[in-house]
Amino acid sequence: MITAERKPLDELLAMLEGKDKVLVAGCDTCVAVCLTGGEKEAEILASELRIKAKAEGRSVQIEHTSAIRQCEWEYLDMIAAKVAEFPVVLSMACGIGIQSMAEKFADAYVLPAVNTNMLGMPQEHAVWLERCGACGDCLLADTGGICPVVRCSKSLMNGPCGGSHAGLCEVTGPNKEEIPCAWALIYDKLIAQGRQDKLMEITPPKDWSKSSSGGPRKMVREEAKPV
Amino acid sequence: MADHDFEPEIIVFACHYCAYAAADLAGSMRLQYPTNIRMIKLPCTGKLEIIHLLKALEAGADGVYAAGCMEGECHYLKGNLWARKRVEYAKTLLVELGIEPERVEMYNMSSAMGARFAEVANEFTERIRQLGPSPLRGDGAALDVVPATVAATAEEGQPT
Repeated sequence: MITAERKPLDELLAMLEGKDKVLVAGCDTCVAVCLTGGEKEAEILASELRIKAKAEGRSVQIEHTSAIRQCEWEYLDMIAAKVAEFPVVLSMACGIGIQSMAEKFADAYVLPAVNTNMLGMPQEHAVWLERCGACGDCLLADTGGICPVVRCSKSLMNGPCGGSHAGLCEVTGPNKEEIPCAWALIYDKLIAQGRQDKLMEITPPKDWSKSSSGGPRKMVREEAKPV
Repeated sequence: MADHDFEPEIIVFACHYCAYAAADLAGSMRLQYPTNIRMIKLPCTGKLEIIHLLKALEAGADGVYAAGCMEGECHYLKGNLWARKRVEYAKTLLVELGIEPERVEMYNMSSAMGARFAEVANEFTERIRQLGPSPLRGDGAALDVVPATVAATAEEGQPT
C-alpha cells in the first residue's frame, strides 16, 4: 500500500496563510490504513487548525470531509457538493489523490497535507517498511522474493557491496535505525532454498526506462475498456 | 501571566469501571473536590479518541483529563494503556499548536480510590489555575455546549 506522513503543522500553516475557509479532505484507503490521512485524521487536523486560529483570534471556517478513495473520479463525485463550498481544499490523500482532486475540482485551490513516502507494508501494528519501488520490471524471482531496488541502500543488482557487515548495511535510517543488508538477506534465502547458483550469475544493468526515469507511465487495458 | 482568580472549566473522561465509581465513592465519603470538573463517562478510557480531547479544548475547556483504571487492571485489558498513548500524542499536537501540553493529562485510579479521585480533581484544577485560562476561551465560549457535543461522540457504543 501507499504510505504517507503528515507535513509539519508549521508548513501547513504557512500554506494556509490568509486562507480562512478551508476543507480538510481525508482519503479512506491507503492513507487511512497507515493512520495518516483517513477521516479520523482529517477531523483531527481540522480541529487543530481551528484551535490555532481561535488561539490567535482569527475567525475561520474549517471543516472536514472524507472520500472513500480520492484517486477515483466516482468517489470524488460523492464529495463534490462539499468541496464546492470551499475555495481551499487541504488534501490528506497520497500524491495521486491530491492530483485527482486538483484535476477534478479545477476551481478549488488544492493543497497537500501529507508527504507521500513509499509503497510499504505494515510489518507490525503502526510500523511500515518499504517493499516496492514500482520499477516496472520486477526481479523478485531471482532474488528470493527480496527486492534489492528498495531494500538495498544502493539499489545494487549484484551485491552485497563492501558496506555489508554482519547482515547489516553500513547506511542507517533517518532515525539511526539499523537497516538489514538486502543482499545478505538474498544470499541467506537463496542458500536456504538451495538456489545459491543464482548468486553466480551476473545481473546486467537494470533498464530504468521502465521506471519513472522513462517519463510518466501509462497503463491501458484495451480488453477491459467499456464498450 | 496566570490569572489565579479564574475558575477553570475542566472536562474529565472517566472510565465506568474505576474513576466514575471512584467519583461516586468520593461523594459517599463526603469528600470535597472542585466543582470545576465536568465528567463524561466512558465504557473504558480505551474509547477515548484524540479528537475528543481536541474538541473539548476547542469548545473552551481550560483542561481535559482522562481517568482510567490502574495499569494492568483495565476491565478490557489494555484500554487505559491506549488512552495514555493517545493523551501523550495529544500533548505533542498541543506543543505544535503552541498550547501548554499540561492542559491534557492521564490519571489512573481504582474504583476504591475515592480519596484519590478527589485528590486528582484538586491537583489538576490547581494546575490549570496556575496555567491560566485557555487561549481558546478568549471569546467567552460557553463550556455548557461541550458535554453534549463531546459526549455524543464519546459515548457511542456504551453498554446499557
